[in-house]
Amino acid sequence: MHTLSAFVRKEFHHILRDRWTLIILLVTPIIMLVLIGFAMTTEVKGTTFMVVAPERDVSTSELVQILSQSVYFTFAGYLPDEQAIDSALRQGMAGLIVVFPSHFASDRTNTGTSSVAVITDGSDPNTAKTLTNYASAIMLGWAQKQNTTIQNTLSIGIETRLLYNPAMKGAYNFVPGVLGMILLLICAMMTSISIAREKESGTMEILLSSPMQPVVIILAKTIPYFFLSCLNLVTSLAMSMTVLGVPVRGSWVALICVSLLYIFVGLLLGVMISTIANSQLVALLVSGMGLMLPVMLLSGMMFPIESMPFPLRLISHIIPARWYVSAMRKVMIKGLGFGSILTELTVLACMSAVLLVISLKKFKPRLE
Amino acid sequence: MLRYLVQKEFLQIRRNPFLPRMILMFPMMILLVLPFAANFDIKNINLVVVDHDESMLSERLVKKIESSGYFRLAGYCHNDSDALGMVELGKADTILEIPYGFDKDLGKGSVPEVLISADTVNGTKGGLGSAYLTTVIQDFSADLLQEIQPISGNRKSLITIESQYRYNPYLLYPNFMIPALMVIGLLLITGFLPALNIVGEKESGTIESMNVTPVRKLTLILSKLIPYWVIGFLVFSFMLVLAYFVWGLAITGSLLALYLAVLLFVFTISGFGLIISNYANTYQQAMFMMFFFVMIFDFLSGLFTPIASMPEWAKIISYASPLRYMIEVLRGVYLKGCTISDLKGQYLPLGVLMLLFNSWAIISYRKNS
Repeated sequence: MHTLSAFVRKEFHHILRDRWTLIILLVTPIIMLVLIGFAMTTEVKGTTFMVVAPERDVSTSELVQILSQSVYFTFAGYLPDEQAIDSALRQGMAGLIVVFPSHFASDRTNTGTSSVAVITDGSDPNTAKTLTNYASAIMLGWAQKQNTTIQNTLSIGIETRLLYNPAMKGAYNFVPGVLGMILLLICAMMTSISIAREKESGTMEILLSSPMQPVVIILAKTIPYFFLSCLNLVTSLAMSMTVLGVPVRGSWVALICVSLLYIFVGLLLGVMISTIANSQLVALLVSGMGLMLPVMLLSGMMFPIESMPFPLRLISHIIPARWYVSAMRKVMIKGLGFGSILTELTVLACMSAVLLVISLKKFKPRLE
Repeated sequence: MLRYLVQKEFLQIRRNPFLPRMILMFPMMILLVLPFAANFDIKNINLVVVDHDESMLSERLVKKIESSGYFRLAGYCHNDSDALGMVELGKADTILEIPYGFDKDLGKGSVPEVLISADTVNGTKGGLGSAYLTTVIQDFSADLLQEIQPISGNRKSLITIESQYRYNPYLLYPNFMIPALMVIGLLLITGFLPALNIVGEKESGTIESMNVTPVRKLTLILSKLIPYWVIGFLVFSFMLVLAYFVWGLAITGSLLALYLAVLLFVFTISGFGLIISNYANTYQQAMFMMFFFVMIFDFLSGLFTPIASMPEWAKIISYASPLRYMIEVLRGVYLKGCTISDLKGQYLPLGVLMLLFNSWAIISYRKNS
């Protein structure tokens, strides 16, 4: 016990002495969380739209006006003809283009219907779909109002209730995710370098010739970073509650438990990488570059796991962030308690045990 | 002199037990695995039905919803709180509550109200899910109307909306993500690796021995960068080939426009890497700085969420992200058939950033510090 505390103190000194790294470690998560939390949103607002109207009349200008009055669209002008559509979309001048037929008003009065084309840039499928939905709803609503003669027999009223996030704020979805990503990557990067550095600078020999057990060395390397990460957790949570306005609706105890466990998993992941890698470069490349994309894409922070094909859904199970993000969404946003995150807690606990065992197994007590 | 140094760098990269493997594996991961994951396509929405009516008609409605292809019936519940419980546990995403007397009310001509409750923690998913459900229900009532009065003569002055999705008519999500993911691959190889390489020399002290040789600053830096430029170009071309053969994704615009952008981007990013390597003294510092900026560049580049939806200040920061322009170029060239003249708005800022980063790198570099 005494050796452990002495070793931990020594590690603390190392960390505190390197001022720059310390500042980076403490400030990075806060800035990233705030920037990403605010910037990541899929809400559609103020998309510019342009109109092709061969014959401008009262009804077309009324529709244009109604569209530009909504929060979703801003009017950017008329296009001369359909040939101009392509370049307007390509150069990003408009996100949506409404094309009226040449006899829009007269068609409507004579034949009863008239069709309007809504053209969007489908290269971003979701935005395109959302924009089309909004624009059609607005225009159909207008047509419905014009048309009081129709009797709404056999219609079904639909009431929609948006659970948990009625304002549809992007931050509610992304903050737990970003928190999970940042914590995991930073924890893993911090410890991944620790043992690899000792190997590279040759001080590993001294450590190995000392009477310390491998488990003591590993623990001593993780404990100081554990404290640092807890500090990061506190500041990040404070930021998300105050600046980003994402509440913690559920149980604080559950939140803290799962977060501490998760930090521990992240640190052990780094240790495991560190014991396997032979140089700092490799350790950092694996923990930084290697983990970044899988964590971003497979943890469900951004893309729903249910939409993935089966093999990837399987792989996502071994990504710790997946479990943490799911638990945090339940606790922070849905306001649930301990009982609902038992699965996540168990999985994370198992992961930390497995990582610890692998690290100990791979920790070579001999030099090559 | 430069030739030998470049040769030496290539040798070192090749001898490293890990680097060549990673350089090869990374593009494969980006193109063969990640596009499957990076899918916002909203499918398989789990629906739980609270059917208070339990009539033929309500059953028919549920059947219709199921056959629409977007929903998967997760089960029936007897009351709202059970259904909410399923949503809380993540077993269901949307609740449809059909009121008592649904069938009768419709027959009598009054308007029964169904209730859709959508889990909107993920706003896009919840929003699109409830929109799909609304459409299906409206279709359903239109079907019923058709059955009763097949020719509705008095439907005056309606409009129909034809939706057209340009450039990606089937709204395939991989077509949107793959060009952007390629940029990330290029960024990591031509930005991260040379910076880490230089910092490595600093940390192990070998940079001192380089400093006492007659090698000039510029030669030294170039010898570090050239190998990664070459590798970057090769890897990028490899990714183009993979995208074509695996995903059938072909360039619709001009290849020249694409490579011009790659050239600008690679110079910009390696300049940025140099700045980092000038300020960092250890691997750890370099990696954390890189990580920080790469994350911010990534998330503010429109890679995942549209720039148009970001708040104003975030839009301003995004102008400083080289990734933003590069992703626009790639998506433009791949999907929209853009040529060099369409992309002036991207080349110009990219060129400005390139000059800015590289001059900063040169100013901050002191060989003798």
